[in-house]
Amino acid sequence: MKRSANTLVWPVSTLLLALMLSILPMPGATANFRPDWTVLVMIFWLLNSPDRFGLLTAMFLGLALDTLSGALLGQNALAMVIIAYLVLKFHLRLRISPISQLTVTVFGLLVIYHFVLFWVDGVSGRTVPYSERWMPLMMSTFLWPLIQRALHQKYSNGRAEV
Amino acid sequence: MNAPGGIGRRRVTPALGLRFILLAIVSLVLMVMDSRNNHLPQIRQIFSVAVYPVEMAVNFPFKGWRWVRNSFVERAFLLKENEELKSTQLGYDVRMQKMAALEVENRRLRAMLNSSSRINDRVLVAEILAVDLDPYRQRFSINRGLADSVYVGQALIDANGVVGQIVGVEAFTSEAVLISDADHAVPVSVNRNGLRTIAVGTGDSGRLRLPYVTNSADIKSGDLLVSSGLGGVFPSGYPVGRVLEVQRRPGQSFADVIAEPVAELDRDREVLLVWPESDTGQYGKANLAELEQ
Repeated sequence: MKRSANTLVWPVSTLLLALMLSILPMPGATANFRPDWTVLVMIFWLLNSPDRFGLLTAMFLGLALDTLSGALLGQNALAMVIIAYLVLKFHLRLRISPISQLTVTVFGLLVIYHFVLFWVDGVSGRTVPYSERWMPLMMSTFLWPLIQRALHQKYSNGRAEV
Repeated sequence: MNAPGGIGRRRVTPALGLRFILLAIVSLVLMVMDSRNNHLPQIRQIFSVAVYPVEMAVNFPFKGWRWVRNSFVERAFLLKENEELKSTQLGYDVRMQKMAALEVENRRLRAMLNSSSRINDRVLVAEILAVDLDPYRQRFSINRGLADSVYVGQALIDANGVVGQIVGVEAFTSEAVLISDADHAVPVSVNRNGLRTIAVGTGDSGRLRLPYVTNSADIKSGDLLVSSGLGGVFPSGYPVGRVLEVQRRPGQSFADVIAEPVAELDRDREVLLVWPESDTGQYGKANLAELEQ
């Protein structure tokens, strides 16, 4: 009981921080470069603790993103659930792959994520430029190794204490 | 969520695909409902209350910084500002003296013509929250919601002119769209001659487009555009923009007209919510009663 409470604090606080970063105002044009913080952190926790975080977590995170960003309710949720499914389906294979390979996989997942968002925007008739879509994708991919390292270090430290 | 340990995990795995399909269907249904009739107010409100602390946490440092900056401004600066404000106030006072007489006259004339008198709209100051919404659209959040009886379609103005309108109301916050959003249009009229047209947003907060002005229409750069009140969203008579350039092409039936919004769309921190006085409001009735006596 105590162990589960302890090990939940860090993941939940990182996820909340990611949500906050996703609506933090950024000056001018840099807003177009905002990485998908929430998606990255969620992928990490799905990979590292799949018995705690699953499709429902992804769904609720997506709905939170929809509400925060004023998107169509369910848009981010659908995209999140799709990549969560892929991560969970292949998580045993992904976990043992080296960081370079994992980064490529994360890039692929983010492409799917943004494609779903783009597709929903198109179907629901919202006018959205699409060349800017690549910026967050690139930023997120570059950030993945850093995020993985930072979260992993802290995570294993926390475990050692318990 | 599940009991830790091998058995729990093994039991869950086969159902993964099924749960995925269920959740995907749920989000698709949500999207269809949200886009079709655009009202899932209850569900949206539950979520908005849940994420409210996140919004506040992001807004807090900006609010704190503003507070610190305001508390440590120099005395000399305050004195100078005070003097400037006093002189503008004096100017307004002089104009207001005439205004009172004009207002009464206007009301009397309008009552005689049996038309509405819309001079005093009720307003409420709202603060723009320092959170970024979708970067591809021109939207923002304000700190007023259902609790302040904000409604969807309500007009927002600032000290200079029309800013935008409310598109979503939640418990404590509301979402608004700027008049410069690419999906937004305002019915306007040229203040000089009353020519009615529509100002469409471009996605650039410094430009509006007037696509439905004929080549022969009397419009020129520098003309002030005011809201015409048609469409019933924006109360009439508020400044919207100023015409920047007019290009008439002989081969086409419509002129290319570009206008610049007069409201400071990208610099505002506070905006005003407007409740228009209705046509059958107390003023009209009271004045009619007065006149009849």
